Amino acid sequence: MQNLDQIIRQASADFSAADDPDALEQIKARYLGKSGQITGLLKGMAKLSPEERKTAGLTINRAKEAIETALNGRRETLRRQALETRLAEESIDVTLPGRKECRGGLHPVTRSLERIETLFRSIGFEVAEGPEIEADFQNFTALNMPEGHPARSMHDTFYLLDEKGNAVEDVLLRTHTSPIQVRYMQAHVEKYGHLETMPDIRIIAPGRVYRVDSDATHSPMFHQVEGLWIGEDVSMSDLKGICADFLRRFFESDDLKVRFRPSFFPFTEPSAEIDVAFMSGALKGRWLEIAGCGMVHPNVLRHVRIDPEKYTGFAFGMGMDRLTMLRYGVDDLRLFFDGDLRFLSQFV
Amino acid sequence: MKFSESWLRSFVDPKIPAAELTHLLTMSGLEVEEEQTVAPGFDKVYVARVLEVSKHPDADRLSVCRVDAGDGKVRQIVCGAPNVHPGMYAPCALSGATLPGNLKIGTAKVRGIESCGMLCSAKELGISEDASGLLVLPGDAPVGKDIRAYLDLDDRLLTLKLTPNRADCLSLAGIAREVSALTRAPAVYPDVPETPAGISSQRVIALDAPDACPLYCGRVISGVDAKAETPEWMKRRLERSGIRSISALVDIANYVMLELGQPLHAFDNGKLKGTLHARMAREGEKILLLNGQALELRNDVLLIADDERPVAMAGIMGGGDTGITLDTKELFLESAFFAPSAIAGRARRYGFGSEASYRFERGVDFGGTRRALERASQLILEICGGQAGPLCEAADKLPERDSIVLRTSRVEKLLGVAVSGEEIGSILARLGMKVERDGENFTITPPSFRFDLEIEADLIEEIARVYGYDAIPSPPPLATLSMLPRPEKMRPLHCIRQILTDRGYQETINFAFVNEDCERDFAGNTDAIRLSNPIAAQMSVMRSTLLGGLVFNLVTNLKRKQSRVRLFETGCCFFRDTAGSPTTGFRQPWRLAALAYGAALPEQWGISSRSVDFYDIKGDVEFLLAPAAVCFRKAAHPALHPGRSAEIFLGGQMAGFIGELHPQWLQRYELPLPPVVFEIDLDALKQARLPEYAEVSRQPHVIRDLAIVVDQKLEIQQILEGIKANSPSLVQAVDLFDVYTGKGIDSGRKSLAFRIVMQDTQRTLQDTEVDVVIQRLLDYLRQAFAVRLRV
Repeated sequence: MQNLDQIIRQASADFSAADDPDALEQIKARYLGKSGQITGLLKGMAKLSPEERKTAGLTINRAKEAIETALNGRRETLRRQALETRLAEESIDVTLPGRKECRGGLHPVTRSLERIETLFRSIGFEVAEGPEIEADFQNFTALNMPEGHPARSMHDTFYLLDEKGNAVEDVLLRTHTSPIQVRYMQAHVEKYGHLETMPDIRIIAPGRVYRVDSDATHSPMFHQVEGLWIGEDVSMSDLKGICADFLRRFFESDDLKVRFRPSFFPFTEPSAEIDVAFMSGALKGRWLEIAGCGMVHPNVLRHVRIDPEKYTGFAFGMGMDRLTMLRYGVDDLRLFFDGDLRFLSQFV
Repeated sequence: MKFSESWLRSFVDPKIPAAELTHLLTMSGLEVEEEQTVAPGFDKVYVARVLEVSKHPDADRLSVCRVDAGDGKVRQIVCGAPNVHPGMYAPCALSGATLPGNLKIGTAKVRGIESCGMLCSAKELGISEDASGLLVLPGDAPVGKDIRAYLDLDDRLLTLKLTPNRADCLSLAGIAREVSALTRAPAVYPDVPETPAGISSQRVIALDAPDACPLYCGRVISGVDAKAETPEWMKRRLERSGIRSISALVDIANYVMLELGQPLHAFDNGKLKGTLHARMAREGEKILLLNGQALELRNDVLLIADDERPVAMAGIMGGGDTGITLDTKELFLESAFFAPSAIAGRARRYGFGSEASYRFERGVDFGGTRRALERASQLILEICGGQAGPLCEAADKLPERDSIVLRTSRVEKLLGVAVSGEEIGSILARLGMKVERDGENFTITPPSFRFDLEIEADLIEEIARVYGYDAIPSPPPLATLSMLPRPEKMRPLHCIRQILTDRGYQETINFAFVNEDCERDFAGNTDAIRLSNPIAAQMSVMRSTLLGGLVFNLVTNLKRKQSRVRLFETGCCFFRDTAGSPTTGFRQPWRLAALAYGAALPEQWGISSRSVDFYDIKGDVEFLLAPAAVCFRKAAHPALHPGRSAEIFLGGQMAGFIGELHPQWLQRYELPLPPVVFEIDLDALKQARLPEYAEVSRQPHVIRDLAIVVDQKLEIQQILEGIKANSPSLVQAVDLFDVYTGKGIDSGRKSLAFRIVMQDTQRTLQDTEVDVVIQRLLDYLRQAFAVRLRV
């Protein structure tokens, strides 16, 4: 049966020479097809005696298996080669830039606003809003600055004209966000005034405010955020605690120095100015004025029909533009209102 | 309020270093805004006397001096100053001295002549800019004395930024009183005896407006030498308070004002006629002031007038022709109390102000009126000589100081820290208040120099100030917890902004006032709300649209070489509206506006570049509003291209507009390409849908495509709405997936391809019923829009 070994060797050699699946199948027919060599041998067994047939059958089937193994091996090799060729062809330059879409960004002051809102909401302060064209009563009178009060002259106020060009009485562009407190307190009393004890008022009131002032450090429109907490037992100690906590969270600086010093505002008594000093950076060690605050003046509470004997509270007001400048190291206020994409896009 | 620290320390010396004093003042509410030194550091400079002066043999401009600096030696010093002369007193830097600028003084030869030291000018010592010659010292200067000590050059200048309620600290005595209260160091004030009358001249005073002027003191002083020299010490203190020395009489009045806080005025007594009246001006009455200003007054201005004419705007400024001059021999000195309400705002109304009005409108101590007159009289007699007449005084009802009840418990409630009754009593007494204690309660009467203490809270601030704001603890507050509402049917503004930034828009913030053109061009508004006092013409009206600001931002960014710009702004817009609220007469809705200009996508490989168009931005609007059903209706807008603009409807309500900027504005604002813009009411944008569950169908869906040809001008939205209205409920979705014009389609017509998705929740649809639906739709479309099926 030397002949069989030769056939197996020949088949293996022929399979290896086939370099595509079609050629391989044709070669396969030469051995295993209807008129293939192995098929022929199997057919020839009929002439043999049962004894010989048994032995020859075993031998031929073994050879057939060997040829089939060689065939399958080659099939697998060709399949793998084909896949590799395809993968190589499909390869791309993964370093080419991706499909580009530009991302916009928030204005830096809005960025601060969102952080401020988040920080205060986390301790239960709601966000309140109010009109920018405001009534004289809410902007001044209700805040203990009656007609003719000298402090009014410190708010360089924008006034409006009517259709005929006459001054509109009792209306102005709000000079601070404090009138929002007034409106909120009025609404609160409307809602809860009938109760034995009203729930606390805890709000912040951010917004745009207006003063007739324009130079390198003053803008005729700027941003303030006002805070107010009125309750049965709110003290100056609470004011200090909240403001210091806020400033350290806002600037993400646990070692920020915060100090409160006496000041004067018509709508608070006692009143304080808040200064901060950073422990590092360009402004290190300098006291910077950052906010005004104080205990809400009894006259303000009376104006909105809250009993100052029963309820006390604090208010604070901060310049959001200034907070933002200090936070991001911006040194020119005018950049905020110039719409310059080279500046704004830094805050994406 | 600017003053010299050494002057303050002459009244009260708490024995604390300068920095500590500054801190103390700031932390008690008298903010030290600026600290300056009088002179920079230098040493070994002494008072010297020039004994002899001779010409330098080899230099015309130099002199060779022999100088006595008080150390027993006579030095030879070469000097270039033109004013050097024998017998003069001047500062002399000895060998080894270091002058400002690290200039070392040694012994050197100047043009061959030895010079041991240097005679100094004020500039060389860093005291002033005067370099014209040697600093001339007075003839009684003690030779050999260290010049720093002699001229008090280690003094510091402090500037207080006083809050308007603290007029009591507009004087050295007032600040000293405060420092004494804070530190318990005793304050010592100048001794002011009554001035004995040497002559009998008097003047009658009439208080015609006793509410405005309830107290007026005056005195004639005769035989003064108005040309007398102001003493050096007084000049120095005035200068260090930022007040220039003018003449002895003026200087004395200023000095007493700084020292005691009482503004004074001196009339030339010879120019006054008869009685002095403190009365209100008559409407239209004229006065010429000593600053040369001629005013026509309103009747709420308080005047000092003699029998013939107004001679001063009381508490503000004296008259021009009755003031003292260098020739004045007899003067009438005024010290009066004018009520703050009678002075406040008057000077500002006429466009000026004065040290006097600044003090009177904030409140001057009516308990010190007479004392200030005596103090000034004393100084005048000392410096200018003369004889004083008796004190003339007219008094009416002075302001009352009502007592205030103060509860110890209230102090703790407001401050959050317990302050003992003893400490409260001590603090208020130190601040000059009359303190009566009854157990836990106090009855407090504020002093005449405080105009800001009316209620209990005012006193609590005083206690806190002295107790120290720093000493109030600041633990995290305790409060009742309750959750804040967070309505799911409202989108917060932050989320809306975030969508826009994610889609490539950069937020900007513009002023709410714009120029008139901007309102006319972009809102068609010719009757904008005008400011009565705009800061500039281009900021004179309130905006009713945000578009103008965005277009201006675009223009400036194009100038800065940006080629692709996407901006948005959210802000208030302003309208006149009689029904407006909360401010009567105005409606102030918040709007969001955006602008896109330049390439649709940033320049990149693989995608060919094209400019942004209407549909790009319409897509952004739809994305922003999704999943709300939004509808666009073609509409004209003054800012926009009439063929490429639409109104945006949400839930049947007009919520905004979108479009390409009108070509005429491209020209006016020099824009090479048309920006596409939109503006939407923020309230509409904030509405959100609360999701509602509907059963998910397990049945397969059927998709059919329908291609039709219609008139080119037909609006797609009409067809889509028609299809939806005429479809049975099993039609789940109708999407337009192709719009085609060109080859194969007649001109004037367009081909539209819709994909129709059908599904029943209960059963599998049969082909025949699907065919029926499509056939019915086609019938409807043929009838309604004259379409034909594209094959």
